[in-house]
Amino acid sequence: MTDPTRVPYRERERSVTMERLEDQPVSETTAVMESDATESEELFTINIGPHHPATHGVLRLLTTLEGEVVRDIKPIIGYVHTGIEKSCEDQQYWKAITFVERMDYLAYYFNAMAYCMAVERLLGEEVPARAQYLRVIHLELNRIASHLFWIATAALDIGAITMLWWGCRDRDLVLDLFEMSSGQRMHTRYFQVGGVFEDIPPGWEAQVRKFTSLMSQRIDQYEALLDRNEIWLRRLKNTGVVSQERLLALGVTGPLLRAAGNPWDLRKAMPYSSYDHFEFKIPVGTVGDNFDRYRVRFAEMRESLKIVEQGLDGLPEGPYITTNRKVALPPRHELATSMEALIHHFKLVTEGFRVPPGETYAPVESPRGELGCFVVADGSAKPARVHMRDPSFVNLQALKHMGEGGLIADFIASIAMLDPILGGVDR
Amino acid sequence: MLRGQLEGKDLEEYVQERVLLTRLEEAQNWARKNALWPLGFGLACCAIEMITVIGSPRNDLSRFGAEVIRFSPRQADMLILSGRVSIKMAPVIRRIYEQMLEPKWVISMGACASSAGMFNNYALVAGADKFLPVDVYVPGCPPRPEALMYGIIKLQDLIQNNQGQGWRERYNAEGTEEIA
Amino acid sequence: MPDATGLELIAQRVRDSVGDGAVAGTWFYREEATLEVRPESVREVLEYLRDRDEEPWPLLMSLHGCDYLPDEPRIGVHYQLLSMERTDRINVKTRLGVDEPRLPSVVDLFPTADFQEREVYDMFGVAFQGHPDHRRILMPEDYEGFPQRRDFPIGGEPVLFTFNEHKLPRWYD
Repeated sequence: MTDPTRVPYRERERSVTMERLEDQPVSETTAVMESDATESEELFTINIGPHHPATHGVLRLLTTLEGEVVRDIKPIIGYVHTGIEKSCEDQQYWKAITFVERMDYLAYYFNAMAYCMAVERLLGEEVPARAQYLRVIHLELNRIASHLFWIATAALDIGAITMLWWGCRDRDLVLDLFEMSSGQRMHTRYFQVGGVFEDIPPGWEAQVRKFTSLMSQRIDQYEALLDRNEIWLRRLKNTGVVSQERLLALGVTGPLLRAAGNPWDLRKAMPYSSYDHFEFKIPVGTVGDNFDRYRVRFAEMRESLKIVEQGLDGLPEGPYITTNRKVALPPRHELATSMEALIHHFKLVTEGFRVPPGETYAPVESPRGELGCFVVADGSAKPARVHMRDPSFVNLQALKHMGEGGLIADFIASIAMLDPILGGVDR
Repeated sequence: MLRGQLEGKDLEEYVQERVLLTRLEEAQNWARKNALWPLGFGLACCAIEMITVIGSPRNDLSRFGAEVIRFSPRQADMLILSGRVSIKMAPVIRRIYEQMLEPKWVISMGACASSAGMFNNYALVAGADKFLPVDVYVPGCPPRPEALMYGIIKLQDLIQNNQGQGWRERYNAEGTEEIA
Repeated sequence: MPDATGLELIAQRVRDSVGDGAVAGTWFYREEATLEVRPESVREVLEYLRDRDEEPWPLLMSLHGCDYLPDEPRIGVHYQLLSMERTDRINVKTRLGVDEPRLPSVVDLFPTADFQEREVYDMFGVAFQGHPDHRRILMPEDYEGFPQRRDFPIGGEPVLFTFNEHKLPRWYD
């Protein structure tokens, strides 16, 4: 048995070339035009390259087509690989939050949440209730923003260009809220180990309530535009169907799995950060086609609005970050009066806090699926290994099954509905 | 013939020629700067802010002339390089840049495209100016949409004033269009 | 999360059915259960846990690697298993030396391991035998070296300060 590490790489690319069609396995997806297969037996390999308007980010797909029917897909990734995980090993724990945020760059709070949960678990820290509620509110607002951007670009791919303007317009409103609470629109360093960075400013709650009431009307508007639209329905209904068992075997989670019928959501199944205090439903689809995925995400946006409102109603008083000064920076006014606060501040800023040795895996439910963070600590102030189990990376394996046997236009719609974020795929 | 040595009629002719051409050049530059078509090229998080600039009704780039984003490099003028440039992607970007037709400009948006950003490691090319001639650098991580618009307006000023582009020879950037 | 006694029972059942030498240890830290197995028997243990255990774990959520330099054996590969019926997770880990990093591939048991094993190969150099498409996934195809190992330098450019800016070569040199 030859060592698989020694075969030259060009040999493997040969699997996707011009060849006869005889022994193609029958795929379980809805196969269009199977009766015409005997006439045209030439396969045509095309490279949907890293620079293409329909790929969300730099994703390269080697597609083997037979006429308009897709026969094989090989995704090639790695064009945005940034070595974030290796860079994190070089930084202190709280500096690594900024690195980790830039992985899945639409759902930045979720990356920070998974990482902070893992580090807090290793430290054995308790997060105060107010911080947990603030985290939940920000996470759900980020979920809404991510789904808005998804519908903006997905509708652009399919042809409904109006949604691009509307989606970006409303996403700007959410980013304004983030800017009010943390100072930055994207990649805010708002979540810290032990809580959040600072308390929300006084007018924030009113602005969020204005946003939630406006947003529910807007979602009605979007549904009125898209839901009964014949072109939209024709493009999306019964395309890209993958069965639930196949998705589970491929490790796919998130709206894709929920659209196929499995109500697995980590916020309900293994609740974290006081998600069990909130009342919300999990939208579940029936057929598992692209239209179900679209409906599931829209319904999720509505549920997120409900969670945000409940969070604001029940926001408890208290500290916004853990009071353990060995982990969290002391508030600035204490630095003038207390010597210990000064020493803690100095220690934390120069060296950072030390984490006792151990390893843990902390999953959260991001807008794309299960986002887990695996942290190994070796007792020093820098993590020994940070690895994110990114949902887009695992969901991308389902792309082959979504596209096989269908037309190439449906395949483009499937990529749009899969919602891959290449920053998370490549890390 | 140097300008100082001309006199009388020659000088007048000389000046008239130049003025006509200058006026024409100014008009040409004005037309070019107000019809910059960006190439839709988004790599990472900065791409989201770029789409916000181009696509959001609040920061609307089409009022400055960049109405259309063309995804084919043969039809675009301006490459907004938004996002981190990894070593696997760098030859691809260079190839796309070479396929664009003259005149073309490059805006390097964000910290990761201008230098390595905060990712100073094995996987990134430390700045797009290692292999592309960059006209305007827009800092930020990611830069605000208003910052990107300021960068584009600066590029428009640069085009209008036709600042010396002799540095392009250093990068071997002229005449590199791929005509297949 | 199975608690500490549950983990011991699982380890005992694995020892009974796969073999005594399979399990190298159990760890229970911060409510998380980890079962450490020897590299030769990883596949049998995972197959047992997926199919034949009385509390089966049918889903593989994550397959990731870690370099434990300076602890020997250096490279660890972790398999995070999930059971949706019991909403439970367990972590199965193996440790390999860096001279002979081979593991049997579990792609036929868990098809989700396809991309994830390629990533572990790319970053750490662990060869998975039986993988259908064994090549690099994130780095360029002809890259040499395995970046995520601890002895691989982090790379990048030296930062220019005033004390070294004249000594470092620039790109136009």
